[in-house]
Amino acid sequence: MIIIDTTRPPQEPAKQKWDNRPDLLIEGDHDLCPGCGEPIALRCMLEVIQEMGLSKSAIGAVGIGCYTALTSLLDTDMVQCLHGRAPSVATGIKRMRPESLVYTMQGDGDMVNEGLQEIIHSAARGENITCLLLNNGVFGETGGHMTATTVIGQRTKNTLEGRDAAYHGHPISMTDLLTPLGGVGYVARSTVTTAKDIQRTRRYFKKAFETQIEGKGLSFIEVLTMCPTGWFIPVQEGPDYLNATMSPVFKIGEFKVDGKIVTPEGQV
Amino acid sequence: MSREFVEGSEALARAAIDAGCRFFAGYPMTPFTEVLDHMAEKMPAAGGVCINAESELEAIGMTWGALATGARAATGSVGQGLSLMQESFSEITRAELPLVVFNMARGQSDYFQSTRGGGHGDYYHIVLCPIDIHEAIEHVYLAFDLADRWRNPVQIYGDYLLGHTWESVDLSPRSVALPSKEWALDGSLNGTGRARNINSIGMTKGAKGIDPETFWNRLQDKYRVIQAAETRIETEFTDDALYTVAAWGTAAKFVRYVVREMRKEGYRIGYIRPITLWPFPTDAFKAAARGAREIGVFELNGGQMIEDVRLSLLGDAPAVSIGGISSDSSGFGVGPLLNTARIREIIERHYARVAAARAA
Repeated sequence: MIIIDTTRPPQEPAKQKWDNRPDLLIEGDHDLCPGCGEPIALRCMLEVIQEMGLSKSAIGAVGIGCYTALTSLLDTDMVQCLHGRAPSVATGIKRMRPESLVYTMQGDGDMVNEGLQEIIHSAARGENITCLLLNNGVFGETGGHMTATTVIGQRTKNTLEGRDAAYHGHPISMTDLLTPLGGVGYVARSTVTTAKDIQRTRRYFKKAFETQIEGKGLSFIEVLTMCPTGWFIPVQEGPDYLNATMSPVFKIGEFKVDGKIVTPEGQV
Repeated sequence: MSREFVEGSEALARAAIDAGCRFFAGYPMTPFTEVLDHMAEKMPAAGGVCINAESELEAIGMTWGALATGARAATGSVGQGLSLMQESFSEITRAELPLVVFNMARGQSDYFQSTRGGGHGDYYHIVLCPIDIHEAIEHVYLAFDLADRWRNPVQIYGDYLLGHTWESVDLSPRSVALPSKEWALDGSLNGTGRARNINSIGMTKGAKGIDPETFWNRLQDKYRVIQAAETRIETEFTDDALYTVAAWGTAAKFVRYVVREMRKEGYRIGYIRPITLWPFPTDAFKAAARGAREIGVFELNGGQMIEDVRLSLLGDAPAVSIGGISSDSSGFGVGPLLNTARIREIIERHYARVAAARAA
């Protein structure tokens, strides 16, 4: 517990906003919409990399989505991949540079639609990479179209009356697919809707990177992110909409730790 | 110099490893399979990695990542598998990564696929087309060197015969100097504001948006320099030829034999073989064809290289397709036209027509 001494002025001056900028984040504006959850998830990752002293060893394989616009501010060596291909590209990087911290960044359209086989095969091969899924249930970049993770009933540009299971099929949960695979060391899902969720996301990132460093197989972390633009809702309603629609389908928590399947802690 | 009797696929794999290739990923498919076999067997001992990828899409993706770290890396397949890889080929090429591709094609039907880029966007691969295993070994070393020099993919266009026949060749180790690659990803620039971003659309750290126009125009400038610098051609008896036959790859091996035989018998016949299919040796071809009344193009497809031949000749002489689609029931690209007696019969017939027209 931190006790703040109020009897005299603080010895250290108060920190300015830019003093807290992670060293892997280039100062500048991003192009993403107000209320988007992706910049928060990215910042969590960069803060954890810095905290773990891994800033000079991180190399990324980044897919195509709104978050691609963030890469101009993301100050790690990286490959800009095609839609769906990031886990394979990361495989090549890690096999040639086992000493590097290799991460991928993909959205749900990228990973679960276009590149589903690549993440599953990379997981089954037990590649020591960390794969990040930014899941908002829509193709944000094209303006809010249905993806393979759009939940039943969710309205998108091409499911105007809501996703109908009989007509549009069912959403895919990546944690369900990856957890049973032998090559997978860590599986977790979090959100960035509240301060507490953000702390949990940071904790999961740390565990995921530790899994990679210890060579325990593929580590997977899914972050549910708000997309008020793609969901056609007011910006301030994003977190509540996410918690009401997505969180019940995509359970929050850790599903596999150190290669052992665990019961999710559940949303608190 | 030491001689040994080896199969083409083994020669390709051993030359690649000796040339410094330390990453290979592939998906089995005839007649490429044996290249993958030999890579899988020999790569670990060289300290490299060979992955039996779950698909061609993933094989090229993995190779992409390995190339980004600065390693010499290669993949391969046949035309069908390369079709699956085209999307990544396009990105890798425009991201200027030095990829080497072993294209063990099912015959000669994939000339367009190899020489016209093949995927989306404005790009080319350098395409080396060996006539035999001996030349293929030279091309492997050359391919890795050219790929690094130009930061552009290089394909070796082989086929069933190249991969599956045996020849006595020299595979003794050579001393290969690997170039340094300051663009390769190693994390050393992380946090400096100018970390590397290997991409195909002109993204730069800290800069808003992208600049594809400048980036892609620079690539076109590079292609013009490659076109001037890297064409290769083989010609024989073209100085006084009345009739000249152009062919490439395995088909050229048969044509060259027939032309040499006919020359011995006094026919005024010539032979031209483009060794680089891209860049096509346009000027050298035009010069070698000078004086010939007609150019016969013997290729085992519906007529693909003949387009480049016509663009080279610019009307100097007619180019006539004298080959054609030829396949046995395997579909692997070995057909009845790969037969010197058949080829001689075809060439004699066209030669007689051209000679008669001249006499008239």
